[in-house]
Amino acid sequence: MEHEKLTAHFLELIRRASTSLPPDVVEALRRGIENEEPGSSAASTLGLLLENSQKAKEAETPICQDTGALYFFIEYGPDYRQSQLVEAIEAATAEATARYYLRPNAVDSITGKNSGDNLGAGAPNYHFTERDENGLRVKLLLKGGGSENVCAQYKLPDGRFKAGRDLDGVRKCVVDAVFQAQGKGCSPGIMGVGVGGNRDSSYGVAKKQLLRDLGDTNADPELAGLEKQLMGELNSLGIGPMGLGGKTTVIGVKAGQLHRLPACFFVSIAYLCWAARKAFMTIEGEEVAYDWD
Amino acid sequence: MIGIKLPVSADEIRKLKAGDEVSITGVMVTARDAAHKYLVETDGEDVRDLLKGSMIYHCGPVVKKGEDGKYTFVAAGPTTSIREEPYEAKVFEKYDVRAAIGKGGMGGDTLAACSEFGSVYLSAIGGIATTLAQSVVEVLDVKKLEEFGVPEAFWVIRVENFPAIVTMDSHGNSLHDEILEESRGAYEKLVE
Repeated sequence: MEHEKLTAHFLELIRRASTSLPPDVVEALRRGIENEEPGSSAASTLGLLLENSQKAKEAETPICQDTGALYFFIEYGPDYRQSQLVEAIEAATAEATARYYLRPNAVDSITGKNSGDNLGAGAPNYHFTERDENGLRVKLLLKGGGSENVCAQYKLPDGRFKAGRDLDGVRKCVVDAVFQAQGKGCSPGIMGVGVGGNRDSSYGVAKKQLLRDLGDTNADPELAGLEKQLMGELNSLGIGPMGLGGKTTVIGVKAGQLHRLPACFFVSIAYLCWAARKAFMTIEGEEVAYDWD
Repeated sequence: MIGIKLPVSADEIRKLKAGDEVSITGVMVTARDAAHKYLVETDGEDVRDLLKGSMIYHCGPVVKKGEDGKYTFVAAGPTTSIREEPYEAKVFEKYDVRAAIGKGGMGGDTLAACSEFGSVYLSAIGGIATTLAQSVVEVLDVKKLEEFGVPEAFWVIRVENFPAIVTMDSHGNSLHDEILEESRGAYEKLVE
């Protein structure tokens, strides 16, 4: 696909991600309202979140002013090259910033200077996977700074809350991370949990879980059980929407695992705010399809 | 819902209690990380007069510049306030600021400053950026734009009926501390 066309599709993907909430997240927030006491401030806060999302979609403006860091997860076939994709994505990202779908969010860590167009060292983030079939499958996640700041990594065993080197120890780490975060990550959140791996791959697999549909079931029965148990337990903490009390503290728990070194047992929790902005697209030949409106 | 017009006196602010819902109208200023550092380390001459009796909004907005050069807020929800904890008490004292508006709550130093100076901390709902941007009816000015960048600059804004909840009052009450303590009981059972 030629550069201009490809850039236009990436721009549209960014616009969709920033201005419209995915259907699984909308559904989870609706269920949250049903679980809260009618007339409670938790219920009305959740209602305002949905109302804002609707307004943002209609006005084509960002759901949240922190339009986050951009994470592109891309499977590409032999008809594409990484350099060509990066070129199109960089052009689309700068244009999306100029059109106010994105806030300028890339700051030089040494000089403090904002690049102004969301491009810079490590920005955007790319995860490329090669495949045999032609075409592209792209998943984009926008993740804001408030939720990034409350992400946490643990090393088992952890004596502070008697977490051993087993799945129950993993469970305790997630409970601790959500308790420590309180409302600071913009609850109700979605927890991506990375079990094992090394320092960076553990966070990597945790973040990748955030792309999963909130309604899916983990193929690994042990992890599926953990996810279900944690959903119930975390929502019993009483932290609630924006940390102001209520029964809806999380709207998703999704766990993935990696092999680890015998000496290392990392557990990483990638906290995603309720404004879980993701958009997916498929390109085959000249045809493009987005997963939802 | 309690209406507040800016500027406001410390006496008015002391009437507010944690849990009160307020609706704010008047001129306020956005300030976040670089701005707070600046306010503490300098005399803040760019914004000193604007801050007196007014409120600071912890917000890094998306701002549109029109063809006529005028700015409008496109998306403007609160950012996490706790990052300003090392600065806020000093800012309240030095600039006579009546409130900080943000999300997630602040710590003991700010709570003590609220009691001492007659100020409050207000929570706005995080992530309802389009809705809150509609309460910002005019962007009057911007300071330090070149130096701090769009999210970090001081944006001087006129708001109408800006909705928020008092979550830390000037009588030592913090809803954030209450929720933390309530959730601690459930937490301890879950990690036993």
